[in-house]
Amino acid sequence: MALLEIRNLHATVDGKPILKGIDLSIGKGEVHAIMGPNGAGKSTLSYVIAGREGYEVTDGRILFDGEDLLELEPDERACAGLFLAFQYPVEIPGVTNTTFLKTALNAQRKGRGEGELDAMQFLKFVREKAKPLGIGDDMLKRAVNVGFSGGEKKRNEVLQMAVLEPKLAVLDETDSGLDIDALKIVADGVNAMRRPDNATLVITHYQRLLDHIVPDRVHVLADGRIIKSGGKELALDLEAKGYAQFGGAAAA
Amino acid sequence: MAKETMTDFPLAAAFDEAAPRLPGSDVAWLDALRAQGISTFRAHGLPSRKVEAWRYTNLNALARAGFAAAEVDVKLAALPDGAALALDDACSIVLVNGRLRPDLSDLDRLPDGVSAEGLGDLLRRAPSRAESLIAPAPNASAGALAALNDAFLEDGLILQIEAGAKVDVPIHLVAVGVPVPGKAIAFHPRNLIVAAAGSHATFVESHIGAAQGSYFSNGLTDVRIGRGAMLTHAKFQDESAAAFHVALVRASIGEDASYDSFVLHRGAELARHEVHAAIDGSGAECRLNGAYLGTGQQHIDNTTVIEHRAPGSRSSEVFKGVLADRAHGVFQGRIVVHRDAQQTDGNQLNKTLLLSRNAEMDTKPELEIYADDVKCSHGATVGELSEMELFYLRARGIDEATARDILVSAFLSEAVSELRDETLASIFAERITGWVDARHADDAEKAA
Ligand SMILES: Nc1ncnc2c1ncn2[C@@H]1O[C@H](COP(=O)(O)OP(=O)(O)O)[C@@H](O)[C@H]1O
Ligand SMILES: [Mg+2]
Repeated sequence: MALLEIRNLHATVDGKPILKGIDLSIGKGEVHAIMGPNGAGKSTLSYVIAGREGYEVTDGRILFDGEDLLELEPDERACAGLFLAFQYPVEIPGVTNTTFLKTALNAQRKGRGEGELDAMQFLKFVREKAKPLGIGDDMLKRAVNVGFSGGEKKRNEVLQMAVLEPKLAVLDETDSGLDIDALKIVADGVNAMRRPDNATLVITHYQRLLDHIVPDRVHVLADGRIIKSGGKELALDLEAKGYAQFGGAAAA
Repeated sequence: MAKETMTDFPLAAAFDEAAPRLPGSDVAWLDALRAQGISTFRAHGLPSRKVEAWRYTNLNALARAGFAAAEVDVKLAALPDGAALALDDACSIVLVNGRLRPDLSDLDRLPDGVSAEGLGDLLRRAPSRAESLIAPAPNASAGALAALNDAFLEDGLILQIEAGAKVDVPIHLVAVGVPVPGKAIAFHPRNLIVAAAGSHATFVESHIGAAQGSYFSNGLTDVRIGRGAMLTHAKFQDESAAAFHVALVRASIGEDASYDSFVLHRGAELARHEVHAAIDGSGAECRLNGAYLGTGQQHIDNTTVIEHRAPGSRSSEVFKGVLADRAHGVFQGRIVVHRDAQQTDGNQLNKTLLLSRNAEMDTKPELEIYADDVKCSHGATVGELSEMELFYLRARGIDEATARDILVSAFLSEAVSELRDETLASIFAERITGWVDARHADDAEKAA
């Protein structure tokens, strides 16, 4: 059984139809990529999967590990093993990164019936995860994303993923705005998490991330529909010919 | 012409009966001070909302409650558990319904360089010495409620820090309100804090209620900070839910002196904390910060006036609050920069988070600047919790109620962290967490 099964998904934002019938099936151990022009509905899809308010599903369904995902609150989805790396990570003044991560991890552990980590155990654990991402104690002590550079915010998303160890990670343009070194750090972080029983959905605009995180399947999303799916060579094809061949808006 | 005041407040009538019982009633200057106070109060009455400084705070409920003078002696063997701030090593001085209680206080173990005595005692023993202490500064503001405090002048704390004394033990004034069943009582504590030149000290107030019930605390505290002295002045207002708490602080700040103040409001049906700070010496610093937590129908008013009268001084204000249910908050912040106060630096910020559609905030910044080389800024925001921040926390597995609590505490932490004394800051932060958790529990109960 697929880990994520999206069938005929339609969704509106402010009454405006954005997703117009999406079918997507991601199996355990797989990496899928969604590419598409600006405004195609990629972030909308990621928000619908994560359960953001105001993103109304008007038709279709999403099964996650066999469970009806749309029945769950956003926090229940996270506890069930879903993770969204935000395209625009949110700043939370007054809450330190460490407190945030610890509260989130312990909420999820509690949800799974595991014991909570105490402050010392947690610190040791988070430092281990932070080190390969080039995240030091100073960044852990700062308020969540406040005053972080674009690259720091993206690395911080990957840190959260590494700490929470989700079954399915949806990465929404985690590569945009990164230079090549940062891109490699992020890709290594994602690859380090790959296991036979989890999966990754990489949303991206450019194929260069896919040189590092090699996808099993590539889907082209345009105007709220998946208009083409293929192997990793589809990404190269898109890079060469652009999105215009599908009648969508040109990539920025 | 519209009626500007409410003159029929029973305390005005009760004065004639109470006056002969007040300490030092036979002393001429005291008699004159009280007579002046009551005649001013009779002329003006309780301020109505037509008085500009009271535009957002309606005292009708106070007038209706019809408070009488608190001549009843209260039996209180011990302080209510855990109500006052937990300042472990502090030297505490207890007022019960405005009267100093040596039996509950640590007057016998004051730190070096500190003298503390009861005003009532001093008025009886050495009224002439009290006269010079009580005399207000020439520019001191005096509204109708300050006049009422003069009229009923009876007791309070006189705290003096010797010149140069570096006192690291906080002095903790615990003011307990004890409602008297079947009787609406009022009390008017008068405190004086003198930090002489070069001294360092920390003065903390906890205002708490011993039981449910109504009372009216109308306090006045004069603060004098000498040249180069540093005073930290923190206050926790957690009166009984039906109490009225009105307090005026008149501070004068000398050359190169520093005044670091903070107030946290959590209790009372109606609370007003008003600070008039006069910066009288150059190079001085005045910090007025605060946080307010309102639920139910609470009304919480923070009013500040900072007068820069000397050059090269700094003032800064951060007031942040969270209002739920039908709570009503007020912030009025006036900064006056007089002609000679060049190179003044003044910053003011007021931010409020509304947790309900029925909660309300009135905020009024006012800058009056008569000098030309001045940097002054002010800002005010009133908003709700950010949907995006909530979603971000929830997307990481944190349930909605907890996510809200985290954001509320985080919002308030900015005001608390203004307190430079980190121990005090963490004690206040704990009180805020306690409030957030209690609300969380209340909500869970309502949902069940
Ligand atoms: N909050 C919103 N309100 C109205 N329209 C929105 C909102 N968010 C996105 N949209 C619209 O939905 C469409 C898809 O946006 P989005 O999912 O962000 O695209 P992508 O991530 O592929 O660039 C766009 O036309 C965008 O303008
Ligand atoms: Mg997007």
